[in-house]
Amino acid sequence: MTMNHQGRPTRAGEAGPPMPHQTFTGNKALDMEEPLIFEIGHMDNCGVDLDEPMDFVPRLGNHMRSEPVELPALSEPETMRHYVRMSRNNYAIDSGLYPLGSCTMKHNPRLNEKMARLPGFADIHPLQPISTVPGAFELISELADWLMELTGTNAVAMSPKAGAHGEQCGMMSIKHAIAAKGEERSIVLVPESAHGTNPATAALVGYKVVSIPAREDGTVAVEAVIEKIEAHAGQVAALMLTNPNTCGLFEPEVIEIANAIHEAGGYFYCDGANFNAIVGKAKPGDLGIDAMHINLHKTFSTPHGGGGPGSGPVVLSDRLAPYAPLPFIRKNGDELEVVETTDQLKDGEQPFGRMTAFFGQMGMYVRALSYMQSHGSDGLKQASEDAVLNANYVRVGLQDLMTLPFGVKPCMHEVLFDDSFLNDTGVSTLDFAKAMIDEGYHPMTMYFPLVVSGAMLIEPTESESRASLDLFVATMRDLVMSAKAGEKDRFEGAPFLAPRRRLDETAAARKPILKWVAPEPTKVEPELA
Amino acid sequence: MRYLPLSDNDRADMLARIGVDSIDELFADIPEAVRLEELTTLPRRKTEMQVERQLSAMANKNVSAGSLPFFVGAGAYKHHVPATVDHLIQRSEFLTSYTPYQPEITQGTLQALFEFQTQVANLTGMEVANASMYDGSTGTAEAVLMAHRVTRKKKAVLSGGLHPQYREVVEGVSAKLPGASVAALPADPTGTEDILAQIDDETSCVVVQSPSFYGQLIDLKPIAEKAHKHKALLIAVFTEVVSLGLLESPGAQGADIVVGEGQSIGNPLTFGGPYVGLFATRQKYIRNMPGRVCGETTDAEGKRGFVLTLSTREQHIRRDKATSNICTNSGLCSLAFTIHMTLLGGKGLARLARINHMSAVALADALSAVDGVEVLNSAYFNEFTIRTPKNAHDVIEALAAKGVLGGVPVCRLDKSGGDIDNLIVVASTEVNTDEDRAAYAQALKEVLA
Ligand SMILES: Cc1ncc(COP(=O)(O)O)c(C=O)c1O
Repeated sequence: MTMNHQGRPTRAGEAGPPMPHQTFTGNKALDMEEPLIFEIGHMDNCGVDLDEPMDFVPRLGNHMRSEPVELPALSEPETMRHYVRMSRNNYAIDSGLYPLGSCTMKHNPRLNEKMARLPGFADIHPLQPISTVPGAFELISELADWLMELTGTNAVAMSPKAGAHGEQCGMMSIKHAIAAKGEERSIVLVPESAHGTNPATAALVGYKVVSIPAREDGTVAVEAVIEKIEAHAGQVAALMLTNPNTCGLFEPEVIEIANAIHEAGGYFYCDGANFNAIVGKAKPGDLGIDAMHINLHKTFSTPHGGGGPGSGPVVLSDRLAPYAPLPFIRKNGDELEVVETTDQLKDGEQPFGRMTAFFGQMGMYVRALSYMQSHGSDGLKQASEDAVLNANYVRVGLQDLMTLPFGVKPCMHEVLFDDSFLNDTGVSTLDFAKAMIDEGYHPMTMYFPLVVSGAMLIEPTESESRASLDLFVATMRDLVMSAKAGEKDRFEGAPFLAPRRRLDETAAARKPILKWVAPEPTKVEPELA
Repeated sequence: MRYLPLSDNDRADMLARIGVDSIDELFADIPEAVRLEELTTLPRRKTEMQVERQLSAMANKNVSAGSLPFFVGAGAYKHHVPATVDHLIQRSEFLTSYTPYQPEITQGTLQALFEFQTQVANLTGMEVANASMYDGSTGTAEAVLMAHRVTRKKKAVLSGGLHPQYREVVEGVSAKLPGASVAALPADPTGTEDILAQIDDETSCVVVQSPSFYGQLIDLKPIAEKAHKHKALLIAVFTEVVSLGLLESPGAQGADIVVGEGQSIGNPLTFGGPYVGLFATRQKYIRNMPGRVCGETTDAEGKRGFVLTLSTREQHIRRDKATSNICTNSGLCSLAFTIHMTLLGGKGLARLARINHMSAVALADALSAVDGVEVLNSAYFNEFTIRTPKNAHDVIEALAAKGVLGGVPVCRLDKSGGDIDNLIVVASTEVNTDEDRAAYAQALKEVLA
C-alpha cells in the first residue's frame, strides 16, 4: 500500500461490495436532503443586522398589525447553506445540455449579468425625473433599433413582460385597430400545433378561437386558412401563426398566408418564440407579419431563472404602429421624447392603453443588448446558422432509430420526433424521457406540439459543441436500442439516480398542499402519559 | 465568436454528415425573395471589453438612486438588499434552469417556490398564494379577471387610491372583454372617497390599494363587508410589501384576493422591471387562480417532494379555456424575494417596517416645517403626499437640479389637473439618513422661496 508523508493510505483499494445500508442522514455524499425553512428557521433570530428603530409615536391610525408575522429566519451562513444545497438539486444549462424544444436554452453570458448590475441600470427608478435617466432611454431605444432592424419593421412595443404578454399586447393592438375602422370581428384562427398561450391569449382578448388543421407535412396550407376565412366571412380578426412553427419547420407558404389574411381584412400575428432559427437569415417583416413578440429570454439569451423573468417586446407593422401601448419613445431626430400619458400624443397616435406599470423589463433589455452587441450582425447570423446546423446534426444522428413524423427532411433549430419508434417496446414516451435523466440529460419537450403522437421536440441550440452533440446522440441511440431490445427495467420507474424518484402528480392535484402548515402537536394519550 | 463552440472545420464536417453542400440548403424553405445575405446596417461583433465600455458609458449618464438623497417611490422602492441574495440567485443552478417541468431534477426551484408561496400566504393573511405574476400591475388585472370568473359578474369598482398605471392596466384588459366594465373613482389622496356607495349587485369586485398610491392607509373591513353583502370580492392591492410587517394583513380584514408588488424585498429598482407580482387568495378559489402553483407530494419511495400542480387551469393544458395566458413568470425575482425574506424572518421584517415608518415620519416632520408645504395624509407607512404652493413637476425638476430626487409629481401620471398639479408623492425608507432628510427640507425651502 502506498502511503503519503503522513502515513495516510492514498490508493483507492479494491471496490468492496455495494453499500449495505441507508445513510443516517438520508444524504448521499454530495446529494443532500434539505428541510424547509419553516422546519429549521428561528422565530427569534434574524439574518440581517438592522438599526434599533427610533422610539416613535406611530402614525398608522388603527392599522397596526394585531398578530406578528409568522415567518422564520435563518442567519446568513444558514441561509447560504440552505439555498446552495437546494440549488444542487436543479438541472441547469450551465451543467448540461438542455434540449427543451421551443424554449431555446442557450448559454447565458455572464457579461450580461454584470452589465445589468451597473448602478446606472440596476439602481435607477422608473419615475425619477426623465432628465436624470437619459442613458436608460438611450439603451431602450438602441435595443428597439436592433429589434426593428432584425425583424424588418418600423415599430416595436417594448413593455410586455414575457412572450404571452407580448401576444396579449399584439392582439390588443389588433382589436383596437379593427375598432378604429368601425368594425367588429369575433374570430381568431390558430393552428392546432400552436403553443397554449396563443389560444389562451385570443380568449383573454375576447375572441373565439377557430382551429386550423395541420397538413400532412407539419405545416399550414394556405388553402386551409382560406377555407376558414371563407367559412367565417368578415369575422376573422387575425391569424396567430408560429414561424418557424412548433414542429421545427419554416412555414413555406407564409407569404401567401399573410396575403390571404390581409385580403380578408384581418391581421397576421406571428408567434416569434422560434426567432432564434432565422435571425439574420430572413426578416419577419418581409413575410407580411403585423405583430410578432420576441422572447428576449430565448433568442437573446436572458436567463430563464427557473421560470422567469422574461421579456416580450412586440414588433409591429406600419398598420398597427399607431395603436402601440403607452409608454413609448418618440424620436425627433436624435432627441428621444418619452410619451407616458395621452395628453402627449400627436396626430395619428392612438394607443390602446397600457400593458404594465412603468417601462417593462429594463434588466432584460440590458442583457439582450449586451448579447446583441457581443455577437454583432455577423455573430447573430452565425448563431442562427449554428442552431439550425446542430438541430439537423442531431436529426441525422437519430432519424434511422427514432421516427420523424413528417418524413426525412431538414428542420430549423429544433427537430420533432414522435413516439412511434417505441410502439411494441412496452416503453412509454414518459418512461423514455425519464430514463434520459439517469443519463445526465434534461429531457426534451414532451407531448408538445399536440399534432403528433407523443411529441419529442429537441432543441440543442448553438451553444453545444460537436463533442457534446455526439455524446447526446450516442446516449439517445443507446436508450432507443435498449428500449427496442426489451430492456424495460431501464425505463419503468426511471429516474433511479435523480435526487427524487418519480413524483406523484395526481395526488398533488387531488389534495393540493400549497403551503407549509405546522404539524399538529402529537397528542399524548392520557393512559400512556 | 466567444459564445459559439463550433469551429469552421466542425461546421464543414457536420454539413457533410447531414448530406448538404451548404448551410443555406437547410434554410431552403425560406422563400428566396426574402432570404438575407447580410445585415449590413448593424455593427459587427465586439469583444467583452468593448461591450462593457459602451454599456457603461450609457449607464454613467443616469443618476443612480444610491448617489444622492433619494425619495422616489410610487410603486417601486429603494431598499437595501443583502449581498447574499444577489450571490445566491446567480448560482448557475437557479439562474440557468427553466420552469420545473421535470420535478425529479428541479427540486431546488420547486422547494424555493413552496417556501415563497408559504411566505406570501402568511404575510398577506391568506390561505394560498401562487408562484408569482409578472408584477403588481399585471397581477391586479389578473385579479380582476379572476373575480369576474368567480362571481360571473363583470363590473370592477376601482378606488381612486389605486396606482394610476395599475388602473390603466386594468382598464386596458377590461376594455377588450365583451361586457366588462370598470368604474374608476377620481383621485383620492386622503382616503375620503365614498367607495361603499359604488358597490351594487352588478359589482364583481372592488379594488382598493392600501397603503394607497398617495400613501394613505385604508380601512378595508367595511369595504369587505359591503362587497360580500353584494356577492362581490374585495381585491386588496399593495405596492410596498414591507408595509405588511407593521400593518394589519389584508386577509385579516376580509380581502378575497390580495395582490401586490414584491420588488421591495430582494429586488433592485432596475428602472421598473423585472419585478415580482405577489398573488394570494382563499382556498376555495384556487381552481380559478391564474399562474403556476407548486404543491407538495411524495415520490415513488415515499420521500417528500414538490411539483407544479393544478395545471388543468393553465394554458398548456386548457388552451382557450385557461384561467390566464401566463407562462413565463417572475421565477428568479420570486427566489430573490424568498431568500431576502428568509434572512429577515417575521421579526426582521417587522423591524425593517418600523424603521421605514420612522424614516417617513421624520421626513414628514422635516418637510411640513417648510413654509407652504402640507402633508395630506392622516395615516401612512413609508410614503405620503405633500401639497406645495408651486407646480409639482417644476418643484421636482428644481430639486433634481439641487441634487435631491424628491418624489413623484402626481401630475406625471394623472392629468386630471386642478389640485393634483401641486401634489408630490414622497417615500422614505431605511436607506435614507438624517442628512438626506435635512438636505431635502433645505432644498425644498430654497425651491419654494
Ligand atoms: C411557441 C411559444 N409561444 C409562446 C410562448 C410563451 O412565451 P412566454 O413563456 O415568454 O410567455 C412559448 C414559451 O414557452 C412558446 O414556446
